Amino acid sequence: MSDLRTPLTAWHEAHGAKMAPFAGWLMPIQYEGIIVEHQHTRQHAGLFDICHMGEFLIAGPGADEALSKAVSHNLQTLAPGKCRYGFLLNEKGGVLDDGIIYRFGPDSFMAVVNAACAANDFAVLRSRLPESVKMTDISADTGKIDLQGPESLDVLEKLLGQNFHDLGYFGFRETTWQGSPLLVSRTGYTGELGYELYIASSETEAFWNALLADERVKPVGLGARDTLRLEAGLPLYGHDLDENHSPAEAGMGRMMTSTADYVGREGAQKIASVLVPLRIDGRRAARHGDVVAAADGTEVGHVTSGSFAPSLGYVIAFAWVDAAHAGAENFVVRAARTELPATRVEAPFYTQGTARKKLA
Amino acid sequence: MATNPADILYSTSHEWARIEGDEAVIGITSFAQESLGDITYVELPPVGDQLSEDKEFGSVESVKAASDLISPVAGEVVAVNEALENTPELCNSDPFGEGWIVRVKLTHKPGGLMDAAAYEAHCATEKH
Repeated sequence: MSDLRTPLTAWHEAHGAKMAPFAGWLMPIQYEGIIVEHQHTRQHAGLFDICHMGEFLIAGPGADEALSKAVSHNLQTLAPGKCRYGFLLNEKGGVLDDGIIYRFGPDSFMAVVNAACAANDFAVLRSRLPESVKMTDISADTGKIDLQGPESLDVLEKLLGQNFHDLGYFGFRETTWQGSPLLVSRTGYTGELGYELYIASSETEAFWNALLADERVKPVGLGARDTLRLEAGLPLYGHDLDENHSPAEAGMGRMMTSTADYVGREGAQKIASVLVPLRIDGRRAARHGDVVAAADGTEVGHVTSGSFAPSLGYVIAFAWVDAAHAGAENFVVRAARTELPATRVEAPFYTQGTARKKLA
Repeated sequence: MATNPADILYSTSHEWARIEGDEAVIGITSFAQESLGDITYVELPPVGDQLSEDKEFGSVESVKAASDLISPVAGEVVAVNEALENTPELCNSDPFGEGWIVRVKLTHKPGGLMDAAAYEAHCATEKH
């Protein structure tokens, strides 16, 4: 089977995007260039085709109680109109996927998950929830477009003719665009003020074009999506998170506030390795898979994500490091052609992001 | 993408050589910089290094990829483009001009390189 196409794939191809397969989908990696697109998102507004992600509706009597035992998200403190980030864990507390859960009502939710994991996520959730809870996979009918950047609020308000100043971080609103249902959540994967926009697949291209009609908005590919999220210290499932590691190892232990008896709860806090943020001066990148050594040369881990950071001017990376060595200040990354001295730093790497900006 | 200048020679691995008497200026082509994307680092050989035809003499890194540089000529490195240390993106914006990589004093005239027309045909077979 060839790669899947989103409602926007033809648009990307027609506009000269460099395309590549990602999680079984043919996706735009870049249009003008990764660095230009990255900078534009941090300064103005970038538009991302994220139609490949999965969306499930979960509703029915007992949904709240059952879902709270199936995922790590604290649903008790999640009000309607709010969403939350968390994990689907295996029995040992290893991460099967990370994703966001939206609450519509007492027993009504939407889960948004990674493209590569969607089929498995659906099966796992289905097996954990009772028959009375209906699960509907709406991924094929749902387009997702991310609008991210300091100017995204103005762009959105102008296009929709509505005030979004009162939509707080991780809040969402159900509205319409030209008569079609549109869900707007104040969430994103860049560290900038921005919105994730969900609309019917059949309306996605028209909505994409309407957003691009605003000259402040540029299309941005997966290449810049990766440099933006890494600078913001956000993990990528399959690189920085996987089923062999717990959320606590990835630095997420303290956000796991749910008191429900969810699958993997105990293991979620176990730590054998630590996901360490690294800074490497210069421009030579550490890349996924590179071995990490302690200052004395002992092999202590490996790089999960690494890249030159356009907003910082140096290289940043995440690496799994054995717990015993994770507190050290200095490491050496064995890159393909050279050894790179690295220092442990704190995430987020880029601290000037506007994501949490108070608007009202 | 810049058109391939007619007055230089090209290798199948997407380097170019501009012959100037007994010296040659070497760089990567527009096709190469397009494939790599935004270039973030160029590993230059030291002045005085001996380059051999078809042998690796450095590397170039982009945000998403890395690639060896393969020498289209044989000879001694007499100059390197030091501007690439702080502005490696010159290889993207001006691959045949300001983005030049090394200047080599030739041991002999290079053989096996293509002219612009042959190189264009070669690139067409690589596009997919």
